[in-house]
Amino acid sequence: MKIAIASGKGGTGKTTLATNLASFLAETEKIILVDLDVEEPNSGLFISGENIHEEDKFKMIPEWKKDECILCGNCQKVCNFNAVMKLGEMIMVFPELCHGCYACSELCPTKSLPMKPKKMGELKHFKSGNLVFIESKLIIGEEQAVPLIKQTLNYVDRNFPKRTIEIFDAPPGTSCPVIEATKDADLILLVTEPTPFGLHDLKLAVETMKELKKEMGVIINRFGIGDANVERYCEKNNIPIIAKIPNMRKIAEIYSEGNLLYKKIPEVKTQLEDIIAFISKFQQEVTL
Amino acid sequence: MKILLTAKGTEWDSKMDPRFGRTEFFFIYDEETEKIETYDNRAIANEAHGAGPKTAQKMSEFGVEVLITGNGPGGNAGRVLAQANLQIFIGAGEMTVKTAYEAYKQGELKTA
Repeated sequence: MKIAIASGKGGTGKTTLATNLASFLAETEKIILVDLDVEEPNSGLFISGENIHEEDKFKMIPEWKKDECILCGNCQKVCNFNAVMKLGEMIMVFPELCHGCYACSELCPTKSLPMKPKKMGELKHFKSGNLVFIESKLIIGEEQAVPLIKQTLNYVDRNFPKRTIEIFDAPPGTSCPVIEATKDADLILLVTEPTPFGLHDLKLAVETMKELKKEMGVIINRFGIGDANVERYCEKNNIPIIAKIPNMRKIAEIYSEGNLLYKKIPEVKTQLEDIIAFISKFQQEVTL
Repeated sequence: MKILLTAKGTEWDSKMDPRFGRTEFFFIYDEETEKIETYDNRAIANEAHGAGPKTAQKMSEFGVEVLITGNGPGGNAGRVLAQANLQIFIGAGEMTVKTAYEAYKQGELKTA
C-alpha cells in the first residue's frame, strides 16, 4: 500500500509526520519511506541508516549536430517549452527548459538533434532495521522535479514487493511535482495547520486530490493555535480528521535537534496510533 | 544606433517594464532616423516556460545594438542575447522610457 503525505502549504509538518510515522511503523513491520520532495529533501535529517546503494539519475535532452542541419526550424515549432530555438544560423538548446519529450529529436528531418543523457540528480538508498529509506535530490540548477520523482518511484517499484507499506514524503504545493508524487498513492494524508494560511492551501490540496479521485484524511498539526475553521471545513466536506498534533514547545525543540518525536512525547505517539488505526481500517476496506 | 527599451506602453512617457522576459512592449528608438518602432509582446503571458529566451529571440530580429531594461535577463535569455551581440543596460525599471533613455545617454545605467 502506498501512502502519500502532502499538504498544499509548505512547512506544515509533512516530513515530521512522514519520518515519525515510518519509524514508528518500522518497529513492527517492514516500511519504505521515500522522500519525493526532490528539490529540498529533508527526511534524511531525521533518519539514519546504512547507505546501501547510490545512483546518478539522468534525463534525456537533445544535442544539436550542426553538420547535417538544414535550419528548417521544425524543432522550435514542435517544442512546447521554448527549450529549442533557432537563432540565425544556429540551433540553441536550453537543457533546464527541456522536458525530454523527444519531439524535436524524432521530428528532425536530418536527425540533427540526437538525445543525450544529462545528469539531473542522485538517488540514495538506506536501510535501518525494518526501515528502508530512499531519497532523491535534484542537482543545483535543475528546474524540473517530475522526471526525478518518476524515476525514484520506478526504482521503488522495481526493488520492493507490492505488499510492503510505502510512505511518500511529497513536495508542498499542488503543481506537477505533487501530482507525480501522489498519483500512484492509495491514500493521501494532508497535513495542515489550523490557520487561515493552512486552510487556504488545504482547500487547494483537497480540490487537487478530488480531481485525482484520491481517498484522503487530514492531520492538523500545531493544534491549539489559530481557529476552528479547518475543522469546520473538513466536517462540511466529509473529510476525516485523523489526528491533531498539539502545538508544544517541546516538539519544536526535539525537532530542531533532528530527533524523532514519538519516542519522547506521548501526545505525539497517541496521535500516530490514531493514524495507524485509520490506515489499518482503510487497508482492510480496500482488500475486502 | 538602434536602442530597445522594455516598456509598459508605446510612448516616450510610458513606464518602463522592469521585467525582461515578460515585458509587455518593446520600444525601439533609432537614433539615426529618429524613428520609433514598437512591438506588442503581451502574448508572452501565455508562455508558462521559457519566456526569457523567447523574448530575447524576438528582440534579436529587430537588429538593435543596445537593450535597456530593469532587472535584466536571466541565464537562458542571456545566452540568446550574447549570440545577438547586444549591449545590455539594467536598473531602469522604475523610470519612464524617456528618463531611461536619458539616463543611458548620461552613462548613468549599469551594464549587465
